[in-house]
Amino acid sequence: MNAELLAALTVFVLAILCGFAVISKVPATLHTPLMSGANSIHGIVLVGSMLIAASATDLLSQILSLVAVAFATMNVVGGYVVTDRMLQMFKKKPAPSAPPAPSEKAGA
Amino acid sequence: MDGIEILVRIAWLLGAASFVIGLMRMNSPATARNGNLLSAGGMAVAIGGTAVLLAFNGNVAPTGWIIIAVGIAVGGGAGLYTARTVKMTAMPQLVSLFNAVGGGAAALIAIDDYLRLSSLVNAMTYVPVTIPLQISIPTVLDIVIGGITFTGSLIASGKLMGLISGKPIMVPGGRLITIAIVLVAAAGSLYLWTGVISVPVMFLILAAALVFGVTMVLPIGGADMPVVISLLNSFTGTAVAMAGFVIGNDVLIIAGALVGASGAILTKLMADAMNRSVLNIMIGGFGGGEGTVGAMTGAGGSVRAIGADDVAIQLAYASSVIIVPGYGLAVAQAQHGVRELAELLEARGVDVKYAIHPVAGRMPGHMNVLLAEANVPYPQLKEMDDINPEFDRCDVALVVGANDVTNPAARRPGNPVSGMPILDVDHAKSIVVIKRSMGRGYAGIDNELYANPKTGMLFADAKAGLASLVTAVKAL
Repeated sequence: MNAELLAALTVFVLAILCGFAVISKVPATLHTPLMSGANSIHGIVLVGSMLIAASATDLLSQILSLVAVAFATMNVVGGYVVTDRMLQMFKKKPAPSAPPAPSEKAGA
Repeated sequence: MDGIEILVRIAWLLGAASFVIGLMRMNSPATARNGNLLSAGGMAVAIGGTAVLLAFNGNVAPTGWIIIAVGIAVGGGAGLYTARTVKMTAMPQLVSLFNAVGGGAAALIAIDDYLRLSSLVNAMTYVPVTIPLQISIPTVLDIVIGGITFTGSLIASGKLMGLISGKPIMVPGGRLITIAIVLVAAAGSLYLWTGVISVPVMFLILAAALVFGVTMVLPIGGADMPVVISLLNSFTGTAVAMAGFVIGNDVLIIAGALVGASGAILTKLMADAMNRSVLNIMIGGFGGGEGTVGAMTGAGGSVRAIGADDVAIQLAYASSVIIVPGYGLAVAQAQHGVRELAELLEARGVDVKYAIHPVAGRMPGHMNVLLAEANVPYPQLKEMDDINPEFDRCDVALVVGANDVTNPAARRPGNPVSGMPILDVDHAKSIVVIKRSMGRGYAGIDNELYANPKTGMLFADAKAGLASLVTAVKAL
């Protein structure tokens, strides 16, 4: 086992623990957006796809990397956009006029 | 390492850090959107950095740039279009689709890397070259996990879209086929780990993984799909981390491991909230969901049917109403109907709240998304622990398409829902249940709530039932 692999393993294990720590605090309400957000993060595979596409020389390799880049980009772009659409709905509405007024009357 | 490479590595580090901070900010609704944007920004920096690296150090041929540009244009266009146009009710299957392509991309990286290594050997046929374990292990794992998640997520997505039956599909001898596939993949993996290069064996492993993804998800019922998608999401993260080991890239390892861990936790949380074990769900054949219609109640006590007009009077003259939305509401896409009814009641001075069980809908938090889309004010959505004490003071609890999460049997030991956290709907002064039939939830048992003398059953599809209530309340 060389130093590079050891460093990579260290990073791998610490990142796993980090993932456990971060996620256990998220309330159930946000689990669907969270899953979608985590789903977009693994779109980082685009970086790897670009690297193999750049060094592809034979046709088969070029086809494989083209599909990989397209798949990964779809994961990244679609993932972030759909997560943002979900989260957009959670923002507080600027106190709509209709619903609060009658309930205040009822309370009085 | 020259200046450009140092800069790019720092860009990747920034990306990785923003993913962690972004996930942390998704803790609360107030910062969640910002967290996702931060994560997206980090992603843009990491990808931009990669392009810079290739431009300055890559000696990339024009075809390489064309591949990257075309791939990004096609994939980005498809992702942007589907994400923009999808209806919020169809969102889980889209997430599953994005998960499938992510896993596919990770598997392709390992396949491509392996083919390159094998062509190196062919060039020097007389020298037997072997692949060291540190490459062959992550390569095989990436192909296996990526392959499973690709077909598995496609099947899960197809089940939610209704392209494939949501019912558990049992193939005769299916378990034997699965075991055979696992044995083939395991034997092939061991063979490659000896360091021998064999492209046919690599493709055999890939084929086994692709078939396994199908046979794993097919026997699982539609109602359990959220847990499966979450599990496959975790798989994809792991596959991406393995791809990082294959090509020696830290940011892939970090982001992949982060998602692998988060997906695993999320999967367990979802399964726990349904009082199921992940293993139990994966063994399958249990969660028929909507498919198990027609089983009549066998529990003692008769059921009282009630008409829309009677319910409308109860609701309109109540001082507080708690609406309990569930899977049936999500399936019938009745979120706008429920909001319309709530607004009518509020206009009459009724206090309306929504009780959201952690697993209401098709995924944890899905119900909040659906109701938010229908413009239900966020403060009216109450989580289980906050709303449960309020059922004691509530005049009418209106259950729309929720079943197992309201079953008082969960408080007693010795049945499939025992110990599952439930909403205390039976504490309300009066209960109305909108439901298509006396069918069971996916725990497969009768709901004792329906036999409660306080309960009236309005037999209708959630959407149609709510529409008739809206008409009846307007007529009062």
